[in-house]
Amino acid sequence: MTAFLNQCFSGLAMGGIFAILALSLVMIYQATALLNFAQGEMAMASTYLAWLLIQHGVPYWLAFILTVILSFGAGVLIERVIIRRFARAPVLTVVIVFIALVFIIDSVVGWIFGYQLQEFPSPFPNHNWFNNPLVSSHQSGILLVTLVVMSAVWAFFRFTPLGLAMRAAAQNPASSRLVGIRVGWMLALGWGLAASIGAIAGMLAAPLVYLDPSMMSSLLLYGFAGAVLGGINNPWGAVLGGLIVGVSVNLVGAYLVGTQLQLLVALTMIIAVLLFRPSGLFGHTIVTRV
Amino acid sequence: MAALLDVKGLKAGYGPLEVVYDLDFTVEEGGVTALLGANGAGKTTILRALCGMIRREGSILFQGHDISRLSTEEIVRRGIAHVPDGRGTFTGLTVSENLTLGAYVRRDKHAVADDLAQVFLLFPRLKERLLQQAGTLSGGEQQMLAIGRALMLRPRLLLLDEPSFGLAPLVVKDIFATLRQINAQGKVSLLIVEQNARAALDLADQAVLIETGRLALAGPASLVSANDAVRRAYLGY
Repeated sequence: MTAFLNQCFSGLAMGGIFAILALSLVMIYQATALLNFAQGEMAMASTYLAWLLIQHGVPYWLAFILTVILSFGAGVLIERVIIRRFARAPVLTVVIVFIALVFIIDSVVGWIFGYQLQEFPSPFPNHNWFNNPLVSSHQSGILLVTLVVMSAVWAFFRFTPLGLAMRAAAQNPASSRLVGIRVGWMLALGWGLAASIGAIAGMLAAPLVYLDPSMMSSLLLYGFAGAVLGGINNPWGAVLGGLIVGVSVNLVGAYLVGTQLQLLVALTMIIAVLLFRPSGLFGHTIVTRV
Repeated sequence: MAALLDVKGLKAGYGPLEVVYDLDFTVEEGGVTALLGANGAGKTTILRALCGMIRREGSILFQGHDISRLSTEEIVRRGIAHVPDGRGTFTGLTVSENLTLGAYVRRDKHAVADDLAQVFLLFPRLKERLLQQAGTLSGGEQQMLAIGRALMLRPRLLLLDEPSFGLAPLVVKDIFATLRQINAQGKVSLLIVEQNARAALDLADQAVLIETGRLALAGPASLVSANDAVRRAYLGY
């Protein structure tokens, strides 16, 4: 029983990382109906930045916050400088741009930092909180951060004028311009937010999977599975989807197919959802009357 | 008195397609100008051109400043609100959020609250449906919401694209009565595009008749509505 609960909790913790990644995918998807394949590599680059800061003696949480802020800037810059030029291009062109970004970021980071695995510190203590035997403090820390990120994102979109403007721009760009919203900037902000959120996922994952240029490639697939499962047009569905993917992949891996085939489980989930419930578990259909 | 909006030599179109040729007209300060014409004459295109939503040439003076090169977002900030064709409702957002967005560019919080109260006075129905998703409103309610959202900008000039479209005659009557009230109370000038020529001419002091993208007739609304050709073609008697 303890072993089972243990698997559940470590699945939940990984699920927290997938959930944050899924959330960052949804940020860009909602505004542009495009899936940013480079999200994982952007997160990885951010994590290297955090690592560099920590190596130079910056305290962990300061490095964390700096990384989130700088990643935001980098996300905005990528949208303004590169993605914007393809705003009217066919979907396939944009997909190719995303894939190019994957390789560019990957090789630039590899060229600067090399391809060897690096240890990345966890900000949470080594011993388990409250001496519980089930869940390590890093795992509970991940869940805590997931909760904070979710609430912050929710509050931002729900209660701030800027959040409302971003939702409006995503839904109806033409009308948004007519109330004076600078739609182009809203897209850039969406990229910035996605980059920040992705950076958090990277920094949480790095202590578990170690830091190297390809650390995010399979994590992004799990995040994608979470987003698709929960409903890619619904941030909360995506978060819940990420958690469900984390737990089920971990349990199926531990008890049924072995850890080697975990990724296969996630991919099977993606295909099954797309076949039987394309809008995802919590993907909502907007009611309209004409 | 100088005109609030002074359009000279306006050309507009979509891509290579020219829809409006060399058009001149004005909207007076505090006045109501009706743009009339058959389907496809270019009325909607004119409104879109004024707001910078499409390619346009010529001079568009608003309060004496040329706005013909500004982006839509900047034109809105100068005080031109547009109730577009199809109403432009944010269907996935609530009524309250739609109205909040109308005042997006304003920073004068207290005045915004006053204007919201004013909109509720004009359209009490909106107050009842404040937290309802805008897409679930009836056609008439959506038109009220669209006008209410535009008023939240506290515009100097309100562009209306077919406010009567798809609405029952009684609702149309209500909406036009409200528009008259808005024009009279708020010192908001109106430029109104309509198929329902009678309702529009009733409200307007100036009328402009467009035929295939060109000016056919312009002048005081009473004179235009007395014109035999207009009467036969647009008023049906």
